[in-house]
Parts: sequence; C-alpha cells; structure tokens
Amino acid sequence: MVATTTPTRPASTGPEPAPTPVRRSGTTTALIAKVIGLGLVLGLAIAITPTLVGQGRWAFLAIVWVIAALALLTYAGKRALPAKYILPGTLLLALFVIYPVAMTAKASTTNFGDGTRQSQQETVVQIIASSVVQTPDAPRYTMTVATEGSVTDGPFTLFLVSQADQSVFKGTPEGLETISPRDVTLTNNAVTAAPGYTILTPQQVNAANAKINDIAVPTERGAIRPLGIRQAFEGTTTLKYDEATDTITDTQNGTEYKPVKSGDREYYTSADGKRLSDQSWLANVGFDNFQRALTDSTIRQDFIKIFIWTVVFATMSVATTFLLGLGLASTLNDPRMKGQRLYRSLLLLPYAVPGFISLLVWSGFFNKDFGLINSLTGLDIGWFTSTFWARTAVVLTNLWMGFPYMFIVCTGALQAIPSDLKEAAAIDGASGFTQFRKITFPLLLVTVAPLLVATFAFNFNNYNAIALLTEGAPFAPDNPAAGGTDILISYTMRLAFGAGGAQLGFASAISVLLFVLTGVIAAIQFRATRALEDVN
Amino acid sequence: MRISPRVLAVLAGATLLTTACGGGDTATPSASSASGDASASASAAPSSTGSAAPVRSNADLVIWTDELKAAAVKPIAAKFGTDNGITVDVQVISADLQANFVTANAAGNGPDVFTGAHDWIGNLVQNGAIAPLQISADKLAGYAPISVAATTYQSKLYALPFGFESLALYRNTAIAPDAPKTLDDAIKVGEAAVKAGKVESALNLQQGDNGDAYHMEPVLTSMGGYLFGKTSAGDYDPKDLGVGKEGSLAAAKKIYELGEKGSKVLRRSISADNSIALFAGGKSAFLVSGPWALPDVQKAGIKYAISPVPGFAGQKPAKPFAGVQGFYVASKGKNQAFAQEFVANAMNTEESMQAMYDGAKIPPAMNAVADKVGADNPDVRVFVEAAKAGDPMPAIPAMSEVWEPLGKAYSAIIGGADPTTTMTSTGKTISAAIAKTG
Repeated sequence: MVATTTPTRPASTGPEPAPTPVRRSGTTTALIAKVIGLGLVLGLAIAITPTLVGQGRWAFLAIVWVIAALALLTYAGKRALPAKYILPGTLLLALFVIYPVAMTAKASTTNFGDGTRQSQQETVVQIIASSVVQTPDAPRYTMTVATEGSVTDGPFTLFLVSQADQSVFKGTPEGLETISPRDVTLTNNAVTAAPGYTILTPQQVNAANAKINDIAVPTERGAIRPLGIRQAFEGTTTLKYDEATDTITDTQNGTEYKPVKSGDREYYTSADGKRLSDQSWLANVGFDNFQRALTDSTIRQDFIKIFIWTVVFATMSVATTFLLGLGLASTLNDPRMKGQRLYRSLLLLPYAVPGFISLLVWSGFFNKDFGLINSLTGLDIGWFTSTFWARTAVVLTNLWMGFPYMFIVCTGALQAIPSDLKEAAAIDGASGFTQFRKITFPLLLVTVAPLLVATFAFNFNNYNAIALLTEGAPFAPDNPAAGGTDILISYTMRLAFGAGGAQLGFASAISVLLFVLTGVIAAIQFRATRALEDVN
Repeated sequence: MRISPRVLAVLAGATLLTTACGGGDTATPSASSASGDASASASAAPSSTGSAAPVRSNADLVIWTDELKAAAVKPIAAKFGTDNGITVDVQVISADLQANFVTANAAGNGPDVFTGAHDWIGNLVQNGAIAPLQISADKLAGYAPISVAATTYQSKLYALPFGFESLALYRNTAIAPDAPKTLDDAIKVGEAAVKAGKVESALNLQQGDNGDAYHMEPVLTSMGGYLFGKTSAGDYDPKDLGVGKEGSLAAAKKIYELGEKGSKVLRRSISADNSIALFAGGKSAFLVSGPWALPDVQKAGIKYAISPVPGFAGQKPAKPFAGVQGFYVASKGKNQAFAQEFVANAMNTEESMQAMYDGAKIPPAMNAVADKVGADNPDVRVFVEAAKAGDPMPAIPAMSEVWEPLGKAYSAIIGGADPTTTMTSTGKTISAAIAKTG
C-alpha cells in the first residue's frame, strides 16, 4: 500500500505571495499588429462590397468574403498554427498561379480572338448602327440639344439650323417641325436659347450621348441623327434586326442574314452566301481548340521536330552556362587568385545588361555582310540563313547571357562547402580533380540542382531568346510557320498571334498544353534530383 | 486601471470596422495614365513586351498616338479643349498601338480618338472597335482621292486621313546625278559604282532574313504581279489571290536573278536595321524607302535626290504600297460626342493639317496643305506624287495572312531557292490560310 501524503498547507502566516507575472514580452505589440492587419482585411472587404453588389459580381464578392473569413479564423484564434504560416503563401499561389491558369483554361474553351471579342448582342447593335449612310445632297444641320426635363435623362429635343438655308427646325423622335427664327435666340446660326427649354452644355451633351444618339428625327428620306456635339446629318439605314428569329433584314432588297457557322465562329450570312459583316461574337467551342492543337496536320508534322529542338536547346543552354559558370567560379574561388573582386564584377556585366537589348544587339552582330562577328573573324558564315549556324548562334548568345547567373550561384555554393572536407580528402591522397569529382561536385549539385531544373524550365519557354535574335529563322520556303530555330513557345505564338489576327482561345489551349508538358518534365527532374539528397 | 489586451483588441477592431463602413465611398478606380513604354525584362513569362497594358487617363477627351505624332497632336487637342471648355489628354503609346487599343477598347478602358495606319481598318472593324465617321462629301473632296479610298471600307469612312506615305527611290547624287528611268538603269549605275569601289551596295531594298513584302511590292507590281484583285465595288477581294499567278512568278524569277545566286543586288543581309543607315553613310548608291528615312539622310549630310520608283525596262510601272495615316474614333470610348466633334471639325481644317505636317512630317493628305508644303519642299512633293501613283495597302483581314509567308518566300528566293516552286507553294499556303480563317 502506497501511502500518499498530501502536503499540508502551512497555516497562513502572511499575505499570499503574488502570482509571478507571465513573461510574454511583445504580446501587446503583436496583438495590436494582428488587430490592425485583420481590421484592414475586414475593412477592405466591407469597402469593396457595395461596388461588387452594384455591378452584380457575386463570384468576386463570395471570394473576397471567403478570404476575409479565412484570415480572421486563422489569425484571430490561438490554434491552427501551421495554417498561420501557410495561409499567405497559399493565397498568393491561388491568386497568381491557380487563378490565371484557370482563366486560361476557361478561355481555351472559347473562340476568343480578333473578330470575336464581343457578345452577339453588342455585335448586332454595332452592325446596325454603323450601317447608317448619309443621304446624298442633304444639308447638314447645326444642332443644339435641349430638354424640357432633366439634362441627364431627357426627353431631349434637337434644335436644328440647316446649314444650307438657315431655316430653323425642332426635331423630336415624333418628327421635324419648322419653327420661326423669332421663337428662339440665334447666335452665329446656332440656337442658343429657347423659351421653356434648357440648353445642354457640351459636357452635358457628351455625358448623355448614349440617349441623344438614339434620337432619329424621321424625315421623308430617312432620319436626322446627331453627330458630335453640334452637328446633325440626315442618313438612312436599311438594316433591321428581329430578335425572335435572330435575323438581320435589309429592308431595301429584302435580303435576310442569319448566323452561319464558318470555322469556329458564326457570321451573319445571306442565303446565297454573302456575308453581311466580318464581325463575329464570342462563343463557347468546347474542346475544339485542343482538338485542333493535337490533330491539325501542319501542327503535328512540325511539332515533333520543334519539341526535340526545344529540349536540346534548353539542355544545351543549361549545360553550357553551368559548365562555364562552374569553371569560372572554381578558378576564381582559389584563395591564391589575385583581383578576385575585379574579375567577378567584370564577369557579372553580361547579366546586368537588359536581356532585350543584348539580344537585339547580338542579332546585329550575326549579320552576314555587316555584322561584327563575320568582320572580326574573317568568316563568311550566313548565320541566320543556315539551320545549323542559326542554332549555334542562339546557343552561343544564350551562353553569353546566362553564364554570369551560374557563376554567382556556383560561387556561393562552392564557398558553402566546408574546406576541411577538401583538406581531409587531400590528406587521403586525392588529386585535385578527384577531390572535385568526389567531394565538391556532389555537394555542389545538392544546392544547385533545383536551380538547374528551374533554368531548364525557363529556357524551355525562353521566347525572347528566339524571337528577338532570329525570329525563328531560317524558314523553309514551303513552311512559313515553323522555322529552324523555333521552340515550342515561339512557334505557338506565331500560330496564335502571327497571321490572321490574334486567336486567343487557340493560344490559351496551347498554353494549357505547354503548362502540362513543362510541369511533367519539371516533376520528373525533381524526382531525379531527390537522389542527390542522400549525399548529405 | 489597466485595460486587458482582449478588450483593447475588441475596441480597436470595432473602430476599424466602423471606419470601413463609414468611409465606404466606392470611388471609381481612377485609371493611371500609363505611357506604355516597352520596358522589357527577360523574364520567364513569354510576353513579348513585358509592359503594363495602357489604360485611358481621366480627361474629357483622350487621344492615343505614337511618339512621332504626339508633338503635332498636342497643340491641336489643347486648342480644342479650350474652345469647348473640356480637358483633353494626349497619351503616347510607343509600341503595339493597334493591339493595345483593341484590348483596352473591349474592356472599356480605351481612348476616344487615336491615330493609326489605314490597313488596320479591316481588323478594327471585325473587332467592332471603331465607329464610322460621317464627314460630308464636299469636305472629303479636299483630300487626295487615294487617301479617302484607303480609309473607306465597305463603303463607310472609318478614318480621317492626315498623311500618306509610300516608297520612293533615293539616290546618292555624287554617284547617280540623274534620276534613273528604269530600275535596270539604276542597278547598272549602282553596280558600276560597286565595282569602282565607291560604294558597298548598288541598291538598298531591305529584306532581312524573313523578307519584307512591303518593300518588294514595287518589284512585284512592275513585273505584273498583284496581291488581291478588286471586286466590282472597289474593295479588295480575298478570293482573288495574285500570289502564285503568272505576274508573281515573273517577279519571282526577276528577284532570283537579282538575288544572292545572281547579281547579288538583293541581299538578305540588308534589313530594316541597316538599310537606311548604310545609305545615309554613303555606302550605297540607291535606297528604296519612304519619307521616314528623310531625317536620317538629311542629318548625315550626303547629297541626295528622290524620284518615284521606276519600273523595269519593258515592264509595267512600279506601284508601291500607299499607307495612309488617319484619325479614328473608338466605338466604346467614353466621350463619343467629343470624339466625333474633334475628328470631324477640329482636325478637318487646314490649320490642323498643317500643324500635323509640321510636327510629324508625313506627306499631307489634304490637297491644300500638300500644295503649300510641296511648293517649298521638293522632297515632299515627290512623296506625295509617289503615294498618289501607288495602291493602298489592302485593309481586309485576309491581308494579315499574306505578309509573313510572302516575305519569307522573297527571302528564300533571294537566297537561291527555285523561284517558281517557291512562289507557287507560297500561294497555296496563303490561300489555305485565308480559307481556314474564313
């Protein structure tokens, strides 16, 4: 039997000792910071709400409040510690990576591009509005807009002074009424005052433009319509739109235009194939863009070739820059080297020049007859007219631009390797190169491997290096779309934006495919580099 | 009394909340005026310019233009502003004005008025981005007919022309004192000068590695080729493609003879980067270029003269493209009334057109101004004549399918590819592309 003794409290002899204050230094500051931060988030959410509600943007409203709620829940409470660290990063990831990818994927299911930027309703309105034709020989009118009601909503009346014979009219949607010049005040042949009417200032006319432009004063030969601030012209339009049957009819000759599908979009076309307008509208096309990207015969032929060259280009860019950067870093890392700082600054210069400028300047160097390279070396190579030389030029330029980055990275990584490891190896009798191969290089690779993967991914999609240097040249005469130095991204940019206007829906589909491709390659590479982690 | 942190927190939170509620003035996002400098970064994102998309500034009338014309437009716009009591802002968009405009306009952030070339019209109309102008016929009679024809599309006037430019033949008068009657004469004189060691290049007709269909057009038309036939209404007909037909094949053969496997007059190493500079530096006998080359040539101080591009001996006359610059009215601008007023009344005067010429130095489209300027300035007179004798660039959307493949075909032929097969297959490629995009 275990005896438990409960400590007996001593009889109170004096006042109870005060409880030791808990040392939580900085709690108040942290709390205030937290309050201000959360208050800002909540305040922003509340401030934006009326605008979003006014514009009917329910999805955005929901997102804003979800983010505000998440922030509150995570930071106001004491628990959920991991979430406090992860939340900002995750939010930014969602906002700047996931959301754009989602929007691109959404665009890839539409036919968005040049000619299809608007909704069908806007297109119809524009087609009808722009079909107004001036009546020949009709005079122009000096117009003054007036109202008996409010200056913003109307109803508006147009006072018109014919520029041909200075007769004065009053025009409303009901019709044209001749009035005597004595009933109004005329200054410089324009009506400046009329009893019972408020004359609108130019700003007011401009502000109410939408309503004023709808006014068409019917006349025998058409209608008088406002033009700008102080003119009106007589014009006719023969097109009428019938919403029920989705037809535009030309009342002059009775031709009916209905939407007819052509390619991935619809145009208003008559029964005998005449198109009313080149304007089309935004429509959903499902997976047609992907189908086209994957099955179009021209794209498929070129795709494999270009894909292989893209991989080769990215690999060679990484390999050459890494080897040169590493070589220079190792050489300059030697403590016996003098003037290290000078050399390092000089070697960083190519990286300091903006890429755009270097590429444009280098493309000038490669000019066959007038370029620097051919004149200095005495060669007569057509750099951009032969596929082999163009590819060499691209790799060389990329090497020049990229090796300083690898140089800096390797310098840092080399300095991080403890020198006692190398000394130990030297004591064991390892030569310089063996030291490098067995000790330095593996340790270096652990640090640098993720950067190599990132550089590969960057060069896989290095649009600038190709577009600014060669624009994809050289091109075979029967294949103007795919050039000898084209990589996937420059090829698809040309497909989507080159000829025939921008095809943004198609480009989005290809972006999604490239995203998947690059992601898969990067994932494979990362798995391969995991083996390096065993080294440490 | 020491307020507990919890109470403090609740109080502060409540205060902040009420501040948010009270000052909930939903100010319309005041757009920042961007200058659209193509500040590029060799970033991982494959964007060609890497710059922020321009948006309209906060003024009653916003005009977008490029650097060349901004100085000319600003005083005219300012005067319009003071005359009508409104604020006007001229924004300079230095790169990609057309693409930026279409995107901004679709989003409702575009300008009210902008300047541009006439061959944008097809694309702008198909995007519903511009509104037709309603300028009366008698006012339009004061402009060169070719400029009005160029800015008229499907029988509607879409832009007020203020200048038109076309290619002409510059010659170095130290080497070629007289205007050559045919292009063959010019080449003969040039080649003699090259042999004598006076110049490095006989004729600078820029092509580059990817070719340049715009600069090659005089050669194409002189040999009887054409790009698009015309419909009965006078518009270009996308179904009648001239590439691959007889005239273009004859032109291709001629280019082959002049190319790198022939007399080496046409070379791919002469491109937009060095063509004008070489002529201005006295290294070339002749140069085919437009009025934009004048400032460089005049600054270099060589003795030069300009004449219209002649045709080849025994062939048709050369017809270079005429490019017309004009003022457009955006379809979704916030101030349509002011925009129409500005273009139709403020820009449509002799003073404004004279000011545009003084600032931008583009040969004027308004006859009165062209006559006045041409009287003092023979170079401008030649350019005006050359433009009047040219053909407007086709503005139809199908034209955008032509530039690149045709340019690349020219470049390949200069490099020695077989002219007939190259031109025929290019014609097939272009027709297929036009058919695909409808």
